[in-house]
Amino acid sequence: MARVVLQQITKTFQNQKVVKGLNLVIPDGSFTVLVGPSGCGKSTTLRMIAGLETATDGEIFIGSQSVNALPPGKRDVAMVFQNYALYPTMNVYDNIAYGLRNRGTSKKDCDVLVKEIAEIVGLADFLKRKPSQLSGGQRQRVALARAMVKKPKVFLMDEPLSNLDAKLRNQMRVELTSLHKQLGSTFIYVTHDQVEAMTMGDQIVVMSDGNIMQVAAPMDLYQEPENLFVAQFIGSPPMNIVPAEGRSDQLWGFRPEKAVLLPASVSPVSAEEMWTAKGQIVSREILGSDTLFHVETEKGRVIVKTETEEIGQYGSNVTVTVAKPHVYIFDRVSGKKVGRLAERGQVSALAGGVN
Amino acid sequence: MRKAATAHELPDTGQVRAQAASRPTSRPDMMTRLRPYLYLTPAMICFILFFFYPIGSIIYLSFQDWSLINLEAMEWVGLQNYTELVADQEFQQVLTNTLVFTFATVGISLAISFLLALWLNKKAKMYGIIQATVFSPHIISFVSVSMLWMWLMDPQFGLLNAVLEAVGLPGYTWLTDPSSALLSLILVNVWKGVGYNTLIFIAGLQSIPGDIYEAAALDRSPWWRTLTRITIPMLSPTMFFLFIINMISSSHAFDTIAIMTQGGPINSSNMLVYYIYEQGMDYYNGGFAAAASVILLLIVGVLTALYFLFMSKRVHYR
Repeated sequence: MARVVLQQITKTFQNQKVVKGLNLVIPDGSFTVLVGPSGCGKSTTLRMIAGLETATDGEIFIGSQSVNALPPGKRDVAMVFQNYALYPTMNVYDNIAYGLRNRGTSKKDCDVLVKEIAEIVGLADFLKRKPSQLSGGQRQRVALARAMVKKPKVFLMDEPLSNLDAKLRNQMRVELTSLHKQLGSTFIYVTHDQVEAMTMGDQIVVMSDGNIMQVAAPMDLYQEPENLFVAQFIGSPPMNIVPAEGRSDQLWGFRPEKAVLLPASVSPVSAEEMWTAKGQIVSREILGSDTLFHVETEKGRVIVKTETEEIGQYGSNVTVTVAKPHVYIFDRVSGKKVGRLAERGQVSALAGGVN
Repeated sequence: MRKAATAHELPDTGQVRAQAASRPTSRPDMMTRLRPYLYLTPAMICFILFFFYPIGSIIYLSFQDWSLINLEAMEWVGLQNYTELVADQEFQQVLTNTLVFTFATVGISLAISFLLALWLNKKAKMYGIIQATVFSPHIISFVSVSMLWMWLMDPQFGLLNAVLEAVGLPGYTWLTDPSSALLSLILVNVWKGVGYNTLIFIAGLQSIPGDIYEAAALDRSPWWRTLTRITIPMLSPTMFFLFIINMISSSHAFDTIAIMTQGGPINSSNMLVYYIYEQGMDYYNGGFAAAASVILLLIVGVLTALYFLFMSKRVHYR
C-alpha cells in the first residue's frame, strides 16, 4: 500500500502536450478513477505511473520514493491492461507465475502462491489452459490474478472491463470493488465510462484535454460540479444548460431529474422560486423506471427525467419548472461554477435578471 | 379450375420431402452430388497435368536406361540406376555437399536474419533505410549476384582479398580451392537470402502486440527471458515457415554453382540439382538424372516431414 503523488507531470508527444502539468494526490488505499473522454490523457497518466511512458516533466512519487528513474518492474506496481496482455504461449499457471519467478521466488513458494490466487479468482480448474482457450471473463481473471499475486503497492487498471459484455462488466465491477476492499491496496483505474467511475471509485479525477477538471468523491462530483465540463460529463443524461436570464456572461444548468413537467394550462405554485420555461415535448424515451422527455422550450431544448410516462405525449404543450436551489450558475467564458440561483451570495449577481 | 402453382405458391415442404424420398435416384440429387467435383475439375486437370504427371514420369524414367539424344532406345533396368548411384563416390560427395550446403545456408541465414530483425525492428527512419539495403540483394537475379561475387572473390583483383591484404592477412583462393569453394557458395547464398528472411522476421516481430512486452517489463522479465519465453515462441510460426522454404530453395541451388564453380574444383562444390543437370544434359545419362531427381524429391520430402513431425508441436499459432 502506498499513496501516489504526481507533481507538475507533463507529457509531450511530438511537440504536442497531452498531459499538462498535473498535480494529484492519490491517497493510500483509495480506489481512484481517472475518467474523461478519449484523448484526454488519462491512459498516458496511468502509463507514466507504471513507468511505461517517461514523464517529459515533473515528478512521480510512489510512497515516499520518487520513481521517475525506476524501470516499470522496480516500481512495485501491477497493471491490468485493456486487452489483458496475457502471454499467449504460456498457460494460465505460467502467466501468473512469470512475474514471481522473475523476482526470484522459489518454485515451491511460487506454486503455493499461484494456486492460492487461482482459487481466489476462480481459476483453479483452468491452470493448464492457454489464454486462447479461455473466455473473455476468464482472461480478465487471469490478468487480475497475475497482478494480485505480486502483492504490489499500487494496482493500475487501464479500461480493464471495456472488452467484456454488459452483463459480465456489471459483475466484474462488483467483484473489483470487493477485491479492493479485501486487499486494501491503492487502485488507480482508468475509464471513459462515467457509470464505471461513479460506481467504483471513492475518488474520481475528471480529465479533459490533458488537464484535471475536478477531483472529488462521486456524489460531490455529481452535486457540486466545479465547471461546465464536469457538469455535462458526469450524469446521464447530462446537465441541461440554458442561457442565463438577463446575464449574457453566464449560463445556467440543472439536472434533468430536478426538473418538473407541468401541463401548459397549470401554473407553477410558487413561480418566483422557480425557473420556468414553456415548451413542447418533441420526443420521449422510456427507460423502464424513468422516462426522458425532450422539450423544445423558448429558452432552448432541455431534457426532463421523470418517474412517470403519463405526463405528456409527443407534441404536448408543457411548462418545465426547476426549483432555483437546483439551478447552477456557470461563467460563460471560463466555464467555472459561480454558485446556485437560490444562494444568498448570488442574489446581487441576479439583480434585474430574475423576476 | 385448378390454377398451376407459381413460384410464390410453394407446396408444403413435407410433401416435397416425401416426393423426393420416393424417387430412387432423381436427376437433381445426382447433380448436387456431382457439382463439387465439376467445379474442381479444371483445377484438378491442371494439377494432374503439371504436378502428378511430371512426378510420375520422372519416377517411371528413373527405372529406365535412356538418353536425351536417343529416346527410342529406352530400356527398363529396374533399380539399377539407384544402386549404381548410391555406390558412386561422386554422387555420395554430391549428396554430402547438398546436405552441408542446405543446413549451413539455412542455419546461418536464419540466425543472421533473426538478429538483424531484432535490431531493425524499430521505427526510426534510419532503420527503414538499413532494411531496404539489406533486402536489396533479394531483388537482384542470381546471375548478377554470382557475377558480382566472382569479381569480389577474384584472387588477384577481388575486393575481399584486397581487404584481407590491407589488414595484413594472406589472400584466399575462394572459388578455386576445393576446401573453400563450397563455403564461398554458402556465403553468396546467405548474403542473397538474408534480406528476404529479415523482412519476414520483422513482419513477424511487428505482429507481436506491444502490451505483452509492457506486461513483461512490469513482471521484471530480463531481456534474455523475454527473448526466449515470449519473442521466440511467438515468432515460431514465422521461423517454421522460413525454415521450410529456405530448406527447399537451398537444396535446389543451381544458378550460383553453374556460374561460379560448375561444381568444381574436383567436385567439391557440386550439388544435386547441378549433378542432375550434368548427368542429363552433358553426359546424356537420363536414367541417372531421373533417379537423382527422385532421390532429391525424397530427401526434401523426408526432411520436411521430419521437421513437421518434431517441430510443429513447438510452433505456437495464435
